[in-house]
Amino acid sequence: MDQFLVVFVDGINYAAWLFLSAVGLTLIYGVMKIVNVAHGSFYSLGAYVSATVVGLWFRYGFDPYLSYLALFVAALLAGFVVGPPIERFLLRYQYDKDEVVILLITYGLFLILEDVIKLIWGVDPYFVSEPYELLGNFEFASMTYPSYYILMVVLALLVGLTLMFVLKKTQFGRMLISVIHDREISSAMGINVGKIFILTFGAGCSLAALAGAFTAPTISVTPGLGVEVIVLSFAVVVTGGLGSMAGVALASIIMGLVRAFCIHFAPELELFVIFSVMALVLSFRPRGLFSLAESRKI
Amino acid sequence: MTQQISLKKLTLLALPLLVASPWMPQWMLFMVTIAMANGLVGLGLMLFLRAGLVSFGQALYFCVGAYTTGLISHFFKFNEVLILLLLSALASGVLAFALGFLLAKYRAIFFGLLSLAFSMILYGLLAKSEALGSTDGFNIPAVTLMGWLPPSDLVRVSILWVAFITVGICLIFINGLIRSPRGLLLTAIRDNEIRTEYMGGSARKTIHLIYVIAGVLAGLGGAIAAIAVGHIDPTMAFWTTSGEFIFITILGGIGSVLAPFLGALVFGVIHTLAFSNSPNTWQLLIGSTLIFVILLLPDGLWSLTSKFKRVK
Amino acid sequence: MSNPTLLKVSGVNKTFGAVTAASDINVSVLKGECIGLIGTNGAGKTTFVNLVTGYLKPDTGVILYEGNDITSLPSREITRLGICRSFQIPQLYNTLTALENIEVSYGIVSLSAHKESLFTKTESMIPGYGKNIRQLAEESLERFGLTAYRDKLTRVLPGGVRKLLDIAMAMAVKPKILMLDEPTSGVSTEEKFDIMQMVMNAIRKDGTTVLFVEHDMEIVSQHAERVLAFYNGEIIADDVPEVALNDAKVLKYIVGDKHSSSVPTGKQHA
Repeated sequence: MDQFLVVFVDGINYAAWLFLSAVGLTLIYGVMKIVNVAHGSFYSLGAYVSATVVGLWFRYGFDPYLSYLALFVAALLAGFVVGPPIERFLLRYQYDKDEVVILLITYGLFLILEDVIKLIWGVDPYFVSEPYELLGNFEFASMTYPSYYILMVVLALLVGLTLMFVLKKTQFGRMLISVIHDREISSAMGINVGKIFILTFGAGCSLAALAGAFTAPTISVTPGLGVEVIVLSFAVVVTGGLGSMAGVALASIIMGLVRAFCIHFAPELELFVIFSVMALVLSFRPRGLFSLAESRKI
Repeated sequence: MTQQISLKKLTLLALPLLVASPWMPQWMLFMVTIAMANGLVGLGLMLFLRAGLVSFGQALYFCVGAYTTGLISHFFKFNEVLILLLLSALASGVLAFALGFLLAKYRAIFFGLLSLAFSMILYGLLAKSEALGSTDGFNIPAVTLMGWLPPSDLVRVSILWVAFITVGICLIFINGLIRSPRGLLLTAIRDNEIRTEYMGGSARKTIHLIYVIAGVLAGLGGAIAAIAVGHIDPTMAFWTTSGEFIFITILGGIGSVLAPFLGALVFGVIHTLAFSNSPNTWQLLIGSTLIFVILLLPDGLWSLTSKFKRVK
Repeated sequence: MSNPTLLKVSGVNKTFGAVTAASDINVSVLKGECIGLIGTNGAGKTTFVNLVTGYLKPDTGVILYEGNDITSLPSREITRLGICRSFQIPQLYNTLTALENIEVSYGIVSLSAHKESLFTKTESMIPGYGKNIRQLAEESLERFGLTAYRDKLTRVLPGGVRKLLDIAMAMAVKPKILMLDEPTSGVSTEEKFDIMQMVMNAIRKDGTTVLFVEHDMEIVSQHAERVLAFYNGEIIADDVPEVALNDAKVLKYIVGDKHSSSVPTGKQHA
């Protein structure tokens, strides 16, 4: 029973991380039908920006408990400063092309951003563990866990619930849902699809940056962070169903728990596990756990 | 749409290179050999592109081919190159045949991501495998050509010749395939799968077939690369390796079976020049080139050859 | 001796959630017939075509072709057995020219005819056709009056030409039954009759059995020997045009009461 609880706690923590990392990707796909490979570099960007911000924050002796707010704001800035110009000046002109072509363009962007990050921050690792250590530990079922776990889970819930609220209860959300279902008709009905796109892209990139920012205190921030994140996020998003928020949440939970279970009993299988779950789900549900209904073609 | 590749034309192209090879510097021999290997993988990707698909996981078969060669020569001490290539092709082909049953049912992004998943599963398995050297991989001893072990100054040249002949055979086969009714079916699947099914064509069967062919090509490429480098490791299955293959294919274009090799050569040159000079801007260069090619030269570098012909 | 029954649809039902697309459909089609399918939009005509040609699977019921059960077969199998169709929105290969479209169609036929051999060439003769792909494609273009559009990409072709191309491609498989889904929709009024005449000439020469979905009652009465009227997924009339087009329910739901006296009875001048 104890072992089960350990697996559960680890699993939920990892699920929270997966959800935070992947939700931006599915948001962008759902609304814009773009697979944004550069998602990984926004995660990196968030991690590096927060490394700098936290470094400065603690150097200048600001209130340590407000550093989390600083992380949050830094991530939002990273996403909204870098993301929207990319959409507005590059991607916007490619929407009539095949979705694979756009994917390859974002792949090119990913490569470029990875090196730009290296040029700005260098290749040496950054350590900004103060926000992580600050919270100390907590005990649960005779095991000790970092309290940062709770922060991650709370953050994931916050993001999830906010998105749900925006989508279901606000007018902006309703417009988003309309665009998700049919871009052309939405435009014909008077929705400013261009504005929606630029905001969504900014939001999606910020969410990626947020995940990176809040992960930074738990790791050493080095180049290449984004590489593994992008493939894991893909796996989660596709398993949940491209464009589905509920899907990415459910897929994160399943993968988080399965991975924790495997790590506990067979640590070699880590990367294997996530992709195996994806392959398994896709064999039974070819479009993922939840997917939008398809309209008739002929 | 597709140019004619006859044995004569191929020999004319290859002959000067083959004749010059004993005098080429070692680094150039290595670069061209790797370009041949990468080009083979690109050839398979070209088949996919003609059918409207992109595989983000060809590195899977590249790695399988490399590891088959590696395992047999390192652990079984058997290093006859022709047999190694054959077995690598066979191993890749069998795996592709098995996985093809699942993958041939998918299209577009799902096909790409599922193929990616399988390559990352292999990476995960290899990276954690102590017996196979984990992330370090292991070395491959020298290979023999029908019993003959080349002297050290002729090793690279002989590997190049083997690569050339392998590529030549593959080119003739693939070119024949593209110009056959089966090749027409690839375009049909890309443009309108519903129509194609309604005409009696099986999209699933055709995609399964080219998935196996592309797997075999990638396996051969991996085997040749492994022999040329003398070392294999799990990054051969990593998704960034698949990304490089895609880059090469986009760079070259799909206008001819020779196009992927043009892309591979150009990639090899850029890599040799740029990577050693400035490793921290290598990805910047590749990323920018990719976007440049997609936006301004969507038919790849090969389309430039026909542009020159028209000018004449 | 009467013609054999080629197609027999019995007790077929199909619903999509709350929508009944097909309700207890019973139809027998004899060899050589020319049948018009009429009905308002959403009445189930295209669904009928989709069900028979394997694009949709019925919830209940059986579809027999030449005595064999084809109910659960995929479209490509049904095509190979001899039933083909054209589409409401022409399904063409959009990056190719008109000639290439038909060549690809014959290419697919060639592949099937050669039992999917990897070594078939485009220059080889197709068994059962006596010619190679290129020759057959050129002939097909001529038969449908499309030679002028031979080297034009499909996206620049006018609507009527796209429709003809779509039908020409379906004919490549030499079907015994050809189902045309609105062959003259999207075509200008001036061209409608000519196109229908050309299509019928090209098709009926080989004695192909034809079912065509049509909204224009004049075309229906001109070309159909028998009319099936659909409403709400059901067949409400199945008779010769003179009778079916004047049936009370057909007049009420499809043709319109006001027009009952102007509905032509019997074939017009050629």
